[in-house]
Amino acid sequence: MDRPPVVALDEVSKSFGAVRALSGVSLRLLPGEAHALLGENGAGKSTLIKTLAGVHRPDSGRVEVDGSERRFSTPADALAAGIAIIYQEPTLFGDLSVAENVFMGRQPLGFGRRIDEAAMHARTSELFSRLGVRLDPARPARGLSIADQQLVEIAKALSFDARVIVMDEPTAALSAHEVQRLFGVVQALRAQDAAVLFVSHRLDEVFSLCQRATVLRDGEFVWSGPLTDETPDSLVRRMVGRELSQLFPKEDTAAGDVLLSVQRLTREGVFTDVSFDVRAGEIVALSGLVGAGRSEVARAVFGIDRPDGGSVHVRGRKLKYGSPTAAMAAGIGFVPEDRRQQGLVMDASIERNTALASLGRLSTFGLLRRSSERALAQDWAVKLRLKFAKLSDPVGVLSGGNQQKVVLAKWLARKPSVLIVDEPTRGIDVGTKAEVHRLLSELAGQGVAVLMISSELPEVLGMADRVLVMHEGRLVEELSRAEATEERVAMAAAGQAVTR
Amino acid sequence: MRNLLRWETALVFLLIVVALTGQVSTDGSFLSGGNLFYLGLDIGEIALIALPLTLVIVAGEIDLSVASVLGLSSALIGWLWNAGWSLELILPTVIVVGAICGAFNGFLVTKLGLPSLAVTIGTLALYRGLALVVLGDTAVADFPASYTAFGTTPVPGTNIPYPIVLAAILAVLFGVALHASSFGRSVYAIGANEEGARFSGIRVKRVKLILFVLAGAVAAIAGIVYTFRFSSARADNGLGLELAVVAAVLLGGVSIFGGKGSLFGVLAGVLLLGGLRNLLILQDTSTEVLTIVTGLLLLVSVLAPSITRRVGTLRKATP
Ligand SMILES: Nc1ncnc2c1ncn2[C@@H]1O[C@H](COP(=O)(O)OP(=O)(O)OP(=O)(O)O)[C@@H](O)[C@H]1O
Ligand SMILES: [Mg+2]
Repeated sequence: MDRPPVVALDEVSKSFGAVRALSGVSLRLLPGEAHALLGENGAGKSTLIKTLAGVHRPDSGRVEVDGSERRFSTPADALAAGIAIIYQEPTLFGDLSVAENVFMGRQPLGFGRRIDEAAMHARTSELFSRLGVRLDPARPARGLSIADQQLVEIAKALSFDARVIVMDEPTAALSAHEVQRLFGVVQALRAQDAAVLFVSHRLDEVFSLCQRATVLRDGEFVWSGPLTDETPDSLVRRMVGRELSQLFPKEDTAAGDVLLSVQRLTREGVFTDVSFDVRAGEIVALSGLVGAGRSEVARAVFGIDRPDGGSVHVRGRKLKYGSPTAAMAAGIGFVPEDRRQQGLVMDASIERNTALASLGRLSTFGLLRRSSERALAQDWAVKLRLKFAKLSDPVGVLSGGNQQKVVLAKWLARKPSVLIVDEPTRGIDVGTKAEVHRLLSELAGQGVAVLMISSELPEVLGMADRVLVMHEGRLVEELSRAEATEERVAMAAAGQAVTR
Repeated sequence: MRNLLRWETALVFLLIVVALTGQVSTDGSFLSGGNLFYLGLDIGEIALIALPLTLVIVAGEIDLSVASVLGLSSALIGWLWNAGWSLELILPTVIVVGAICGAFNGFLVTKLGLPSLAVTIGTLALYRGLALVVLGDTAVADFPASYTAFGTTPVPGTNIPYPIVLAAILAVLFGVALHASSFGRSVYAIGANEEGARFSGIRVKRVKLILFVLAGAVAAIAGIVYTFRFSSARADNGLGLELAVVAAVLLGGVSIFGGKGSLFGVLAGVLLLGGLRNLLILQDTSTEVLTIVTGLLLLVSVLAPSITRRVGTLRKATP
């Protein structure tokens, strides 16, 4: 452990107006290690990473690479110094192909300086196969699920052959299978002496991947050290500053009437013959690998996409195809997976985003009652422990986990009777995750039917009354709470379920 | 939001500068009651059309056919008048036709998913062509004085022309719709993130269709104003006016990419553009120069946001 660090951040501070995002934070990244960067939502992890990347300039403090001070002014500078970064929110170019996104700005050139498409696709496929990803390099990036977007970003970072790879919540939307492949790749990188900085709110991942960790709290450095003597509880204590129960299991409720009934729903080439019911008071989890079609089913139920066949009934009444407005009128709420594109209007304020799905209820004769709007946002900000400066700030300046809370607030504020949540706790820290789970459990207790898509197995096992598992567009398994174990869900997701 | 406020402050400041230089360079006639009346008349149609167009652009779309709708409605007035219709019947008919023109734009954009730029360039030519079919290159001028007085006399006891009164009333309505209603919130959300708006249950297509219909209807109203103001119904009335209207809206701080802008800024933009044009006319500037100035203003207003951003980052980068 006596080797000099490849990257050292020394007493780095950064403020945004009155918000002190970082004050005097230090971090040492050693060659060949996987280092976890931990902290609650808004603790300053992403800001620290952006300072390292040259996206932000530190107000004070030093960034050192290989022992000499560097001042990166753009991410390109950081890349040139061998630091590749996967940001928290994927930022792919929708109109370009997946391969072009991976090789953005440095496409392999062929004869006459023309882009060598074949070479580009081949190299992208090679990266994907290292990650175990099945994606067509030629397809456009638009329409990729958030997990696939994240995988493309990972492939892109790997393609640089960097010595330092920084990953800001790369696994937040990935299921166990993809996470294992990613960890395999990281181990290979470590063997080549690369350093990996890893951000995740899933502590089990941290323990299985990382050797050392650094903890931030409210922008301040708290602790750094080896993980050998730590436990998940001790880390949480460092992050939160107090004791915290980590998991909140769902309370038992008697299931009531069928509120949501999906019958033989089919979208050609995406999912086939999907049928299930969700009763009042029930939380039903839709599990499966990335790309199994879970989000697509949710989108079709909510009316974003038009199914080719089958039907959706809410309280026994057939829902109009392809109309989110009709779905909302029937009482469905839908927290989508991609907060940047689907969940939020990034430039609009926190309060406007919170109110956006409740406009009708907040207005009289079409005129918006500003005070009610503010009260609604204020109310939910407190309930979800949102970390913000002003409610009129654009939602885009919030930390990733806090943005997710606003998406949740927006839909919970509608008091839906059927709530569909797609990765509801993506990027949300341990403490708030328990809070969200308590909220979902409480909603179920009040008779709401909850359909939950989650890639995080502990969340699925802890929350769901029933687990439905999808594999390649079909429902392959249904497990009761008692039957659902990690193995059985994973087997079914991999397509090895005992057929029903 | 803060950027926007700064831009609007700058506009008000510019307005004062133009007013003062105008006042000095014309020996006091620029701000005289008589000239203000003509200035008001001159910007009447621009102000009217700019109102719905602001909403269209905030929603991330564009309507370049508005001046052609103005021409078509003028031509229709002449044709129906020649055919012996009463004006009480002609005016509502013309407004309905304008709304239908807007609905056709909206249909092509929302139902067929075509880009509004292409659609309305097409209908810009189409509606102007229809105007020529309806009236040819003749002019109809024998309207009753009670109607044409609308465009030549001020509200008694003031220097305010009637079209400005009309524009002011509509400005209040559109202002409330954009800034204080749930409809307005939907418009902003659509312009800033259309997919996000859809996921929030906003009826994106319906909102857009309504906006195009409003743009068509108000453009037809502007056609009525134009016709009586010059006491002349012609198919080529308002030719090229879309340039001035779009320039005024963008000058007012509305982002061409949608999602940003305020009606207050647009009104300031209309005044600024109108004031500059009026000042140049007072100094006997040719129409070519007027067009050039309008075009330059358009460019400036499109470039200004990216320039201020560039300057902002430069300032941040050099501590
Ligand atoms: N561009 C910005 N403008 C203003 N405030 C910002 C900006 N970026 C970050 N912040 C603030 O800085 C603080 C730290 O944010 P940061 O994104 O680093 O948190 P994080 O640790 O990555 O949290 P999460 O786990 O939710 O991703 C937050 O309070 C956030 O609101
Ligand atoms: Mg973050």
